[in-house]
Amino acid sequence: MVGQRAAEGRKGGRAGMRVVGGTALAHDAAAVRLQGIGIAFTLKGGKRYVAVEGIDLGVMPGEFVAVVGPTGSGKSTLLNAAAGLLKPVSGSVTVFSSALSGLNARAGYLFQADALMPWKTALDNVAVALEPQGVPRSEALARARDWLGRVGLSAFVERYPHMLSGGQRKRVALAQMLIRDPEILLMDEPFGPLDAQTRQIMGNLLLELWAANRKAVMFVTHDLEEAIALADRVVVLSAGPAARIVGDFPVPLARPRDISEIRLEPQFHALYKEIWSCLRVEVSRAYAGGPA
Amino acid sequence: MNRLGLLALQILVGLAGFAIWHVLTVYPVLGAPKQIQFFFSTPVEVLKRTWAEMANPEIWGHLWITLQETVLAFVFGAAGGIAFGFLFARNALLAAVFDPYIKAANALPRVVLAPIFALWFGLGIWSKVALGFTLVFFIVFFNVYQGVREVSPVVLNNARMLGMSERGLLRHVYWPSALTWMFSSLHTAVGFALVGAVVGEYLGSSAGLGYKIHEAESVFDVTGVFAGMLILTVFVIVIDTVVTLIENRLLVWRPQAGGQG
Repeated sequence: MVGQRAAEGRKGGRAGMRVVGGTALAHDAAAVRLQGIGIAFTLKGGKRYVAVEGIDLGVMPGEFVAVVGPTGSGKSTLLNAAAGLLKPVSGSVTVFSSALSGLNARAGYLFQADALMPWKTALDNVAVALEPQGVPRSEALARARDWLGRVGLSAFVERYPHMLSGGQRKRVALAQMLIRDPEILLMDEPFGPLDAQTRQIMGNLLLELWAANRKAVMFVTHDLEEAIALADRVVVLSAGPAARIVGDFPVPLARPRDISEIRLEPQFHALYKEIWSCLRVEVSRAYAGGPA
Repeated sequence: MNRLGLLALQILVGLAGFAIWHVLTVYPVLGAPKQIQFFFSTPVEVLKRTWAEMANPEIWGHLWITLQETVLAFVFGAAGGIAFGFLFARNALLAAVFDPYIKAANALPRVVLAPIFALWFGLGIWSKVALGFTLVFFIVFFNVYQGVREVSPVVLNNARMLGMSERGLLRHVYWPSALTWMFSSLHTAVGFALVGAVVGEYLGSSAGLGYKIHEAESVFDVTGVFAGMLILTVFVIVIDTVVTLIENRLLVWRPQAGGQG
């Protein structure tokens, strides 16, 4: 069931070893690697809930990996472990061959919920991301302006978040994440709260920006169509509790892709059918067993 | 309802109130007007007295004293509230240890402290500032404490992922969030600063609006009491308007209740 990784649709080969499923080498080429990750929470009343268990997942530099799974499968939990926001109870997280301790400083994170500072304008929200790097304020503002232009918000730089639409706020958040030029992009259903058309537009924008400067991407979503349209590889998580990886499918669709067009291609349909047959089992399990 | 219509209705309510007051105190509806007027005065008398007081430069000295006390009480109370609010919100142990004492101090009716403060700080403005301080401090303290504790975890995690240090978080996340909460209570806090000043003056002083009112009351000069209250009311409205202006200036980022910008 576990598919082999494919390199189609990428320009040129990349240095470093390609590893499938977790056997780490002394020098690990992965940008971020989760190894034997288990994450558990203590619920109210002292009960222990195991969210994920035995997860092995590596994302190569320049690779776009989408993680799909039914609700409650611990997708976001995995992302938080990769970000260092959450400490796994077992296993290890390595970032460019070194063990992660504390926050993952080489990663940018795009949250599902609104994460902009509501008391700062779009411009300030983006410019402040450069402050920890010690960029002088005037330069930070100039670069923030440039980034807001790239996400199509030149006319909205002085707006506060509440004056922007949901899609526009996501654009600001995208610029805020990308202006730091992180080597790893972690995205937690970032376009989940948006309407269908806006999601496609945002997906295309993301692909366009990513194509210009390819980073390792870990993109969590519950939307399989979105996952296939965006990613090089789709990883399927089982239903929780104690979710595991039950499928790993390469997506050999050519790039550049147009999200709204690509859904019409026969190859897309074949992939969708293949991955869905794996995901469907887990989705029905999630609904049968869980309180979802 | 347009602005003018609303304003007209508001004025109408005021005029109706004065008219009822006038009719009940000038005409023998409830009893002999002379007797009624001893207790309630008449609106015309009160307005005349207010006008006379305002024309007299002496009142401005009293207003100035009360204003000083109010502003000082607010500034010290707010500064103390912000400092301790931050300290306790960022230090759970400290907050837990001091919790019962803060609750006890806050539960104490502050008016009973006025004689003590008069004893400690004399009959000048500082005993009034101290009384106002104890009122303002707790309002600002609880709001800042809440504001720092209830920072959106997503905004906080996002700022952390942007690489912000503890200082950066303080400056860009905790501080603005605490300020929002503080401003939401600004009107109440300024109001309490004024209450502290006026009550303090009323209980023992030689100047200020509270003193004026107390002076009139001690000789059963009801007209003087009402005139003092009217001046106090105008004073409060002016201060409140200034606070609203400052608030609008500092919280431009906040969504307006009415519509979007």
